[in-house]
Amino acid sequence: MNENVEFAIRARGLTKAFGSLVAVNHLDLDVPRAKIYGFLGPNGSGKTTAIRMLCGLLKPTEGSAEVLGLQVEEAANDLKPRIGYMTQKFSLYGDLTVVENLRFIADIYAWPRKHQKSRIDELVAEYGFTKRRDQLAGTLSGGQKQRLALACAVLHKPELLLLDEPTSAVDPRNRRDFWAKLFELAENGTTILVSTHYMDEAERCHRLAILDNGNKVADGEPAQLQSSIGMTVLEVNADNPGNAQKALSKHPDIVSVTQLGIRLRILVADDHEDPQQLVRSCLKEHGLQAEVHIIAPSLEDVFVASTRASSGSDQ
Amino acid sequence: MMPIRLIAIMRKELLQLRRDRISLGMIVGLPVMQLMLFGYAINMDVRNLGAAVADQANTHMSRQFIADLAQTQVLSITRSVATPEQLEEMLRTGQISVGVHIPADFDRRVVDRTRTVAHLLIDGADPTIVSVAGQLASMPVRFDSGSYNRPSARTMEIRPFYNPERRTAVNVVPGLIGVILTLTMLMFTAVAIVREREHGNLELLINTPVSTTQLMVGKVIPYIVIGLIQLALIVGIGRILFDVPVRGSLFGLYAGAAVFIAANLSLGLFLSTVARTQFQAMQLTFFLLLPSILLSGFVFPFDGMPKAAQILGEILPITHFIRITRGIMLRGASIFELGNEVLMLLLFTLVALTAAVMRFSRRLD
Repeated sequence: MNENVEFAIRARGLTKAFGSLVAVNHLDLDVPRAKIYGFLGPNGSGKTTAIRMLCGLLKPTEGSAEVLGLQVEEAANDLKPRIGYMTQKFSLYGDLTVVENLRFIADIYAWPRKHQKSRIDELVAEYGFTKRRDQLAGTLSGGQKQRLALACAVLHKPELLLLDEPTSAVDPRNRRDFWAKLFELAENGTTILVSTHYMDEAERCHRLAILDNGNKVADGEPAQLQSSIGMTVLEVNADNPGNAQKALSKHPDIVSVTQLGIRLRILVADDHEDPQQLVRSCLKEHGLQAEVHIIAPSLEDVFVASTRASSGSDQ
Repeated sequence: MMPIRLIAIMRKELLQLRRDRISLGMIVGLPVMQLMLFGYAINMDVRNLGAAVADQANTHMSRQFIADLAQTQVLSITRSVATPEQLEEMLRTGQISVGVHIPADFDRRVVDRTRTVAHLLIDGADPTIVSVAGQLASMPVRFDSGSYNRPSARTMEIRPFYNPERRTAVNVVPGLIGVILTLTMLMFTAVAIVREREHGNLELLINTPVSTTQLMVGKVIPYIVIGLIQLALIVGIGRILFDVPVRGSLFGLYAGAAVFIAANLSLGLFLSTVARTQFQAMQLTFFLLLPSILLSGFVFPFDGMPKAAQILGEILPITHFIRITRGIMLRGASIFELGNEVLMLLLFTLVALTAAVMRFSRRLD
């Protein structure tokens, strides 16, 4: 029955309001099966709220979501055994050992007793806990804790994994290992929805949605988002980047100016005839010397461009 | 510099307190409750002790004597039986605190002046009742206009049952079992769930197929075992060090305790759905502990309390449990004779557990 459902998650008009604050605003979402789908957005953009609505922890104020072919609101209990969920905060038991935690989760998901030991041994080996089987989970490092949490979330072989900022407290090398695991899982057919505020992580997703203030401001494959950004990205090498930034950010046609060391990264709307000339003349007016090149947009540029557009009315 | 920082800390403290509704409630609630308990509910003048009379003389004088006893308002004579054995039976099952036995030769005893005229059968396990009985025992017998002057101070002979030596330990230990179990069981469970919520474990758990009932009952059962171990400790030490007896069946005592523990744990679970932090859970526990000590009959005789306090006391599980422990340990009653108390505890458990399961949200909003 599941194979003929193309999408693991379909949400229409999903909305959550806490009083007057709209945390998630009419979110439409189509998450294809066996893919890694990213939620990219700053803190407070509604990523956690959206994930909580998708697993039935929060009741949507409006709209509905279909997960693995079932309506979340009606079938939350049937969905629970089929979903793995990893909370933002480490939520396993710090006063239990690695194996005790796994064992507890195995029992909670009623994993058959006779296969329990082999499944736990398998996970212990696969997630690198062979030497730390009997270490208390509370004494693990940030990266190890996240690995253990992932091992627990996938123990019952869920079809869908919901990961809420799984790597926010993890160093880059551990993050890379963590993502290697995610790709492995996706290749084996697991659908993964992962929220993050790291650009490099977002780039690895098969598909991603950018959230800003509860609104979805972009949705697509990372490369596609980069090519259809609707902006020209320019790099400016100025002797005095501080002054150059001040001069450029006042110009009405320049969407954003970001300083990266001695360079400036500038976004200009695509409909402008000659963005390069625009920047050059603007700098000249202020008597500033600089080299100006057009460069390929990065995901961060996409993020800046799309969040600017949506929050423009706020500011 | 200093005052600015000092004020900053104080302001922060007040702001936090303002948002902690339970702590705020305690600031007002605790003193108000204490005042009500001590000033109004608890009164040290014992009145209306449940009593029955066995009047084997049934003469004009004996009826006058009983009327005089009732006049004092210390006793509330509700029933009249035929034999002193029936009085003992009622005493044992906890229906009355005092039994008045008037022997058939009452009139002759009154005239004799050297003998006591009647017997006061009392529950010696309660020191307040013992002291009240002492005052009653010297009440003069009136005969028409005058009263008989007696050479001895005593009109009536006191026959304290169950604790004839009047040792405090015998009175205190059965009640103490209730207080200790209430404290530890409430605290353990109330804190247990709140801790999971604080640590974020709960968010993970409610996303698994585990049901609310499984979660709650699974939390409670281990603590029932712990409670029964505590019971064994108190009864054992009471026996060895203070020679506190268990006159009834140990099985009955354990059965009663198991139900009582379940009642407290259910209440603890309910508290855990109200409290947001471990600190609040502790506060609520202490909030309930105070009436449990004062209104349960542990410190003051239940019969002697005003009606309002009795109603509050009847709601508390410990009141029923103290009746069970005193009944079984001191009076040798069987658990079946105390069936009503067990039933009340079961009812309490059912209500508290249902409320806890209903209040426990499987969602976060």
